[in-house]
Amino acid sequence: MVIIGGGVTGLSAGWWLAREGVDVLVLEKGIVGWEASGRNGGGATHVYSPLGLEEQRLWPQMDELLGYPTEYQPNRIRVALTEPQLAWYRRSAEIAAERGFRTDVLDAQQLKELVPIVGDNALGGTFTHYGGHANPQRTVQAYAWALQDHGGRIYQDTPVTGLTVAGGRVTAVETPRGRLGADVVVAAAGPQTGLLTAMVGAWLPLAPARAEMIITEPLPLMFRGGVDGNGLYGRQTLRGNLAYGGGPHEWIDVTDMSAPEKPSTPLVRSLARRLAELFPGAAHLRLIRSWAGIVENTPDGLPVLDRLADPGNFVVATMSSVGFGLSPAAGKAISELVRYGKCGFTDLSSLRLDRFAETPPDWRERQGWVPAPERAGAGVEVAGGQR
Amino acid sequence: MHRVPMDPSLQRRTDPKSITGKAPTPDRRVPLVVVGAGPAGVAAAIEAARAGVETVLLDENPIDNDLLAMDVPLWFGKRLHPSLRHRAGMLERVVAANPALADAYDAGVEVQLGVSVWSAFRNGPALRELDGPLLGLADVERSWLLGYQRLVVAAGARDLAMAFPGWDKAGAMGANGAFALMTRYRALVSQRMVVVGSGPLGLATAALALERGVEVAAVVEVEAEVRGDAALRRALQDKGVRFLTGHTVQAARGATGEVESVVLVRLDGDLAPIRGSETELGCDTICLAVGLVPNVELLNLLDCRLVFRSELGGFVPETDEWMRTSVPEVFVAGDGAGFHEGMVPDPEVARGQGRLAGLAAAASLGALDEGRARARRAELGAPSAGRPQEVHSHWRRWLRSLINAGGWEVHACQCEEVTRRELVEVQPPRYLGRRSDPMRARTLHTLLADGPVHPDQIKRLTRVGMGPCQGRRCREQVALLLAEQAGTPVSELPLASYRPPVRPLPLSVLWPPDEPAAMREDWVVWFGIPTQFAPHWNPTAVMGPNQSPLMVDK
Repeated sequence: MVIIGGGVTGLSAGWWLAREGVDVLVLEKGIVGWEASGRNGGGATHVYSPLGLEEQRLWPQMDELLGYPTEYQPNRIRVALTEPQLAWYRRSAEIAAERGFRTDVLDAQQLKELVPIVGDNALGGTFTHYGGHANPQRTVQAYAWALQDHGGRIYQDTPVTGLTVAGGRVTAVETPRGRLGADVVVAAAGPQTGLLTAMVGAWLPLAPARAEMIITEPLPLMFRGGVDGNGLYGRQTLRGNLAYGGGPHEWIDVTDMSAPEKPSTPLVRSLARRLAELFPGAAHLRLIRSWAGIVENTPDGLPVLDRLADPGNFVVATMSSVGFGLSPAAGKAISELVRYGKCGFTDLSSLRLDRFAETPPDWRERQGWVPAPERAGAGVEVAGGQR
Repeated sequence: MHRVPMDPSLQRRTDPKSITGKAPTPDRRVPLVVVGAGPAGVAAAIEAARAGVETVLLDENPIDNDLLAMDVPLWFGKRLHPSLRHRAGMLERVVAANPALADAYDAGVEVQLGVSVWSAFRNGPALRELDGPLLGLADVERSWLLGYQRLVVAAGARDLAMAFPGWDKAGAMGANGAFALMTRYRALVSQRMVVVGSGPLGLATAALALERGVEVAAVVEVEAEVRGDAALRRALQDKGVRFLTGHTVQAARGATGEVESVVLVRLDGDLAPIRGSETELGCDTICLAVGLVPNVELLNLLDCRLVFRSELGGFVPETDEWMRTSVPEVFVAGDGAGFHEGMVPDPEVARGQGRLAGLAAAASLGALDEGRARARRAELGAPSAGRPQEVHSHWRRWLRSLINAGGWEVHACQCEEVTRRELVEVQPPRYLGRRSDPMRARTLHTLLADGPVHPDQIKRLTRVGMGPCQGRRCREQVALLLAEQAGTPVSELPLASYRPPVRPLPLSVLWPPDEPAAMREDWVVWFGIPTQFAPHWNPTAVMGPNQSPLMVDK
């Protein structure tokens, strides 16, 4: 059993399998959780997903199940600064209620009591009795360690260079450590999942993009740390820092298995501005770090969790840029696809790969999901040329 | 936006929710920016300006008072005179302490003081939207962007800090912090100092302190012999400075949060403290002068290739004979390009590098033709390299002695209160409370079984280096400790990453008043793909009945 990709999805799948006694090997091109899995906002509020109910059921148990801290905290608060935002949060509450999730609508005063750093510009909001957040870096390491505690193995610094298919099965995984045989192979390699899928002759349209986050110095803990609004997602960490992201992404190209660059950009100022607008009481806080991550999206922005018909022992797993929060449920679903060929706890038919069978090869250009053209020199023509 | 007319079927579609068309453009793009107005930066700016290049020289001094108190960017040790609050007065002192600034003005350099560089942005494989390289700048009130064609980074060096019990008290500081307070600001509040570390850096620190009226109780050296110039040592001894060799710091003491004395202890051949050999010296300042570390944070953000060279203080930029880095428009000079103790008594080394970098930047802009550039280059000669020695084994001896004398329960990271023990046991922060049995079983050694240790991974797990001082006080000692524990040379440990902003700035200062309108109009929380957050049990709730789930027009 080989899982390609030591991100949150692959590690969760590996952990679920290892605790069932399956012999699991996770191959990671760098260090576990080094890419988007360890660089996201940590949100765990995706009740709209086919995996959402299981996500909500599992998260409160994860520290116990894994044996390591994830910093999971329950509930979310949403802050509306405009009437349309308030209307949208109310609508969102109604949609969640259809699934049996409770939401309280908050007036400005109630909101201020829960989140003292909001300003007079906050009109009100909602408090969800579902959802929550965790620390991505701690969680991804927790999966890795828990997997090892159940006898699973992780090879770091081990990129996959090829897959051998014979007789309708993947028979070998090529790595710099040599050829590895496997009964079942799971491709859960984030932006590189499309490259791996192509190696077995299937078509998984994926577009990678860069997204950014910022983090402030700590402030005293609020009643609940998961507070969104003003175009931002994020949380107050248990240490007290405000960690927030949002705003425009940049489509990029990922053409091989190497780790893509992840530069921060001047967008950090725009994020700082929106955070100060959301929390005027925190505008004096110092920004101490920012970072970027590379995530992949499918054309409809929805995951692919599918065991292919041909080769029949190959599972495709991309969460389409929303992988962290759903990881407990996604890993469990993958483990069932591996063991039984289907998922027992939810209907994954909307996440099958064949929905993209007709997607044309130039779909990125058609959707405009393409990088900007390279600019020659970009204003810094240098005598003597590039070194 | 100007568009090239083209066949409509070939016209590039753009995603309105992406960064395209929203990236900010700077108010100004100048041919050359020099960062840092120390000897190297001023020399570079003057050299380029004299060659006819429009040059902006930036220096963050006088630094925002609140940053000084946070030990940013140097380890100032909270011994700050209240006059530092008077920014106009400080500006005068900064200018008075740096006569070369007047030469820069005369040469036509545009000098901006009190301006810090908190980031450098540059197009690369995963960033194409900038119209050229940019610096993020800020003063105490606001931030802005400045474009450049060439950049000379002369960012100097910062203090190597090492923990001992009480090192978080006011009065424990680094040599460069003390130098800045004594010379640039004339604002060090100290009566009696103990200097930790001899060598050119420690001896110069002691000499300067005496000159500024601070009594120097002792110079402490872990090695058996005093390092550095013998004549200078004798001169210091003549002025009553004690030299304690084969000693280390056991603890700083003080009833309040201030240093009132230091306990020193003699070491045996294994760097273990000899019981009963403790000496307690009254002092209000303990100045660590063991070493300095080149400031490579901007170079790291710019993706300049960095190499580990112990004799130059650790990670330094790879440069050619013109002080050009691996990024063709970026040059370096001075302590930030690599520091060794021979540069302490001789600022001419840094100046020489600065002139060369300024000349090379000017030549690459076409301000001089190749012949003139070569002639001037010959005139300048090669900057003297000195004979730098490997420093990390000496630093490791210091660290070992401090651990032997001060123990494992000392905070290696002050901001996040991570002890040395928690660091090497890779334990989660104490505020998480409950520790599980499997968690207790994890250590650096179990982590090493998975592959070589990366300081960034240790940061994430223990929070070491994740606080408001941005790792300035713990970065090197954490690397040394990890190397020591992992049994690997420190040179093999990757550089812990630097992230912008490299100065911790308030949200209100970073706030961009100049945000493009499209940024406000088309801001999305996450990608803005209509189908992404549609409830699967109610697919029309969000997207409406007529929207194609694939969003691909065929």
